[in-house]
Amino acid sequence: MSDFTSGFWNVWVIALTVGGIAFCAWLLLATGRGIAPPPDGAKPDTTGHVWDGDLAEYNNPLPKWWSNLFWITIVFAVVYLILYPGLGTFKGVLDWSSTGQYDKERSDVDARVKPLYDKYAALSVEKVAADPEARAMGERLFLNNCAQCHGSDAGGSRGFPNLRDKDWLYGGDPAKIVETITGGRLGVMPPLGAALGEQGTRDVVAYVRSLSGLPSDPLRAQIGKPLFAQNCAACHGADGTGNQAVGAPNLTDNVWLYGSSEATIAEGIAKGRNMNVTAGMLAMPSFKDTLGDARIHLVAAYVWGLSQPAAAK
Amino acid sequence: MDTKTIPIVAVPPAEPAEVSLYEISRKIYPRAVHGWFATWRWALVWLTQIVFYGLPWLAWNGRQAVLFDLGARKFAIFGLVFWPQDVIYLAVLLILSALALFLFTAIAGRVWCGYACPQTVYTEMFLWVERRIEGDRLARIRLDAEPLSARKLGRKAAKHAIWAAIGLWTGITFVGYFTPIRELIRAMPFSLGPWETFWVLFYGFATYGNAGWMREQVCKYMCPYARFQSVMFDRDTLVIAYDAGRGEPRGPRSRKTDPKAAGLGHCVDCEICVQVCPTGIDIRQGLQYECIGCAACIDGCDQVMEKMGYPKGLIRYASENALEQHGGAREMWRHVLRPRTLVYSALLVAIAAGAGVALSLRNPLKVDVLRDRGALARESAPGLIENVYRLQIMNTGEASRTFTIRAKGIEGLAVVGLAQPVAVDGAAVRTVPIRLQAPADAAAPGTHKIAFEVEALGEPRLEREEPSTFILPRI
Repeated sequence: MSDFTSGFWNVWVIALTVGGIAFCAWLLLATGRGIAPPPDGAKPDTTGHVWDGDLAEYNNPLPKWWSNLFWITIVFAVVYLILYPGLGTFKGVLDWSSTGQYDKERSDVDARVKPLYDKYAALSVEKVAADPEARAMGERLFLNNCAQCHGSDAGGSRGFPNLRDKDWLYGGDPAKIVETITGGRLGVMPPLGAALGEQGTRDVVAYVRSLSGLPSDPLRAQIGKPLFAQNCAACHGADGTGNQAVGAPNLTDNVWLYGSSEATIAEGIAKGRNMNVTAGMLAMPSFKDTLGDARIHLVAAYVWGLSQPAAAK
Repeated sequence: MDTKTIPIVAVPPAEPAEVSLYEISRKIYPRAVHGWFATWRWALVWLTQIVFYGLPWLAWNGRQAVLFDLGARKFAIFGLVFWPQDVIYLAVLLILSALALFLFTAIAGRVWCGYACPQTVYTEMFLWVERRIEGDRLARIRLDAEPLSARKLGRKAAKHAIWAAIGLWTGITFVGYFTPIRELIRAMPFSLGPWETFWVLFYGFATYGNAGWMREQVCKYMCPYARFQSVMFDRDTLVIAYDAGRGEPRGPRSRKTDPKAAGLGHCVDCEICVQVCPTGIDIRQGLQYECIGCAACIDGCDQVMEKMGYPKGLIRYASENALEQHGGAREMWRHVLRPRTLVYSALLVAIAAGAGVALSLRNPLKVDVLRDRGALARESAPGLIENVYRLQIMNTGEASRTFTIRAKGIEGLAVVGLAQPVAVDGAAVRTVPIRLQAPADAAAPGTHKIAFEVEALGEPRLEREEPSTFILPRI
């Protein structure tokens, strides 16, 4: 696709480039021609400027070695413009592009490190997690790609799940972890403030807190229970233990993604979570293209190993 | 009557020949010279080249003793491994080199140029090859004037082949300081990387071109040091000087002639001093910018003086003051110790001693702390605040070590969830994600200064304290 808004600019760039080179060549020819040596006794040609009454400058052509260097640059420019893009939309006979070079360098690196990953690709995630060398590789990949959100220690932060605990939004078995990293996740909690009303929201908050054994008003919790069954159970389950198929958190384990205070839970219920998120902002992005299957395998093994007491050493 | 007549021939005026607009560099054919200073130069040629060609072949602890590994960003010099963080030592080395150049130049002019500069050393080696194959000055001039013949072609080809071989070997050795030289030789010539090939050929060609073809042109037109060394000269600097008072009026004479009676000075005008000069100057015209201070003319002249039965030293190391005042050698040497050289020496010794002490006290443990930026703090359990960091532990020593990590600065601050001690291989960096925990009420909410303490097990001397911050949020 052309970057130009009209065909004129293509011609303009080509004309300027070719004209510039031609002008340089003409200049070299015109000024480089040997000046005839002055006849006996005559004064050599000077530039005509005179300083301090008697200082003049000979008007000699450039030395050959010097003007030849300029000729070399002209030859270089011509060869370059034939081989590489430079003349308007002409792509050059090598068909080079920066994207193409990036892709090639990437695939070169991938090919070079492939044997390293192949060794582990054949093993199950559990076996890979038991290999110290693979864990070190997985840790480096994690620090470079995942730690920005989940923390260097994978402990997570507000809105970003802790990966060290046994609590999983979408399931913590190896296959699920690979699926999460490969495809990304976007869990959405719809806003229920309008449906529940202010009092209703407070009642549901009390009930939800009671599920995890947090102090709450028992009366409100009592009122909140049917409201929960009516509005929340579809995703979070009748008993509040969540549903990993849709990423609905377990509300009974006292693990809180956004915090456990009444105000925080009320905010989540009333306004929802991730409602205005464009994919890639607070959502878990897909790492399929960034990392590729072989690396995802290692990262998954590292992440899985973090919550396995046997492997986590 | 026996008269000699000189036939007079009318010469037609020469055709107006094309005059070159530029100076033509005439080829210089330095004549071989032997003597005290030439011996010194050869000693330095041997010394510098044994070191240069030999060093990459030495091994140390299973690696190349001197290796500047640009890829791994580690410079190994025997037992010392320098990391990018040690760049200060490179600066110190450059300062020391500059001060040494100032000092030696102030004392005895361009001694570096004359004896130890690679341009001089390689030119000396290449000239030696040239002399072996083509003969000394006169033979070479004759050979160049001859028309092309099988003999001339053979000699020239042999000379250039040997030059090229020396150049190539120099290129390989040079690159061998950056890529392990044994691997380099094994990879020759087809499995070399593109950059290695380029630099081998580049340095090979530079050696061949500079020492074979360019020679004095490098010193005269290309070298910046040559130019700024002259500003370090003063009237007490020893330079190679012709004693005009003793030498003039010059003129040829027989050995039996008494110069005084003939009204001549000691210079016999044999031009040996001009013929041996590698830059093609006549030292009798006084100090010139082309003079690289190689003292070849001293050696040449002394030989002639000896043959003539005159005292040596018509051309000698002398200062401008000494030549003018005809002071004795003792007085001239006393002027070597003047404020300028004393200041240079004092600075040189002080900086060298400082660098030596710093080097011997260098801590092989370096630690960098990187706070996690994604989350400032988190509440890990009710009333407990966690901050997350990455510690980069650099063990610049060659032995692998184990380290314990502690943190201090807030009451109850503790490192949690880390298997201690942490092992780090020799000459390696390890990144350790680390969690610090403190009670939420340990201090007022806000940012608090803390410090990590990293200590090598069994080596309490190897301890580093690295500052960071701990954030207690308002909850």
